[in-house]
Amino acid sequence: MTPILFETAVFYAFAAILVFAALRVVTARNPVHAALWLVLSFFTAAGIWLLLQAEFLAIALVLVYVGAVMVLFLFVVMMLDVNFDALRKHFRSYVPVGLVVGLLVAFQMVVLLWNGTRGAGAAVGTSTAENTRALGRLLYVDYVYPFELAAVVLLVAIVAAIALTYRKRRETKYQDPSEQVRVRRADRIRLIDLPVERPAPAAEPAAEPAATPGTR
Amino acid sequence: MIQLAAPVPLAHLLALSAILFAIAIAGIFLNRKNVIILLMAIELMLLAVNMNFIAFSHQLGDMAGQVFVFFILTVAAAESAIGLAILVLLFRNVGSIDVDDLGKLRG
Repeated sequence: MTPILFETAVFYAFAAILVFAALRVVTARNPVHAALWLVLSFFTAAGIWLLLQAEFLAIALVLVYVGAVMVLFLFVVMMLDVNFDALRKHFRSYVPVGLVVGLLVAFQMVVLLWNGTRGAGAAVGTSTAENTRALGRLLYVDYVYPFELAAVVLLVAIVAAIALTYRKRRETKYQDPSEQVRVRRADRIRLIDLPVERPAPAAEPAAEPAATPGTR
Repeated sequence: MIQLAAPVPLAHLLALSAILFAIAIAGIFLNRKNVIILLMAIELMLLAVNMNFIAFSHQLGDMAGQVFVFFILTVAAAESAIGLAILVLLFRNVGSIDVDDLGKLRG
């Protein structure tokens, strides 16, 4: 088997797995299963990208997408205690419309692109050994401004996610130095004017003969 | 530079990407009540678009396609994080992830 034929066979195998996994993502009853099928589709897509000599992006897909984003999905799916049967009650009624729309979209796109690219012969790929280096050079020389903007986008995402979900625990005691510095004497000390109490003098001689009859 | 031919013609790669995109759209139709599966369908759509970019980048020998996929990955990760944060908040406040229960914003 020539190398090209092997790659073709591998591509079709991966494509079949990818399409099946994508179908199972949208039709799974349990969202945990759906998340796992999505993980499989990302892995398979990374394999296809490796066939197309986009190694850096294939590894980035596995590390970043599967390793971080899909793990986040799984965390959230397992954390939320949702009644999924109620959500899927009307699944059957949506299947005809979903099927029709899906088939229509696929048919339109395939027809448009199939004939449009018939003239394109065997594709030329970039070098396998220097994909990362070429990508790095492009990112840091030609596209450095969008690169910085992408960093800002990620920062905004961090701030937004934390600002949305952060809850202060009310029962903890903590010190706030800025409040401590702002304290005034009036907040801590209060002088109250109380009248002095003297013991009553008329009560003592009347109590003494009654209290000690034996000693007299 | 070593130049390798593609394993399949470009049209097959684009067909694969189109099928993935269509599956994602059908998934949105089928799971319109479940916000988690909606987010996963959006991830599938982004995967389809990325596949398209990589296919063309390989075809034309232009690395700009792969640079753009890099940025799409970044934005998709950020959007998933915020979407899931909103989902968690929603579940905390409303108690379910049914899209129909989100009608509180309507007057």
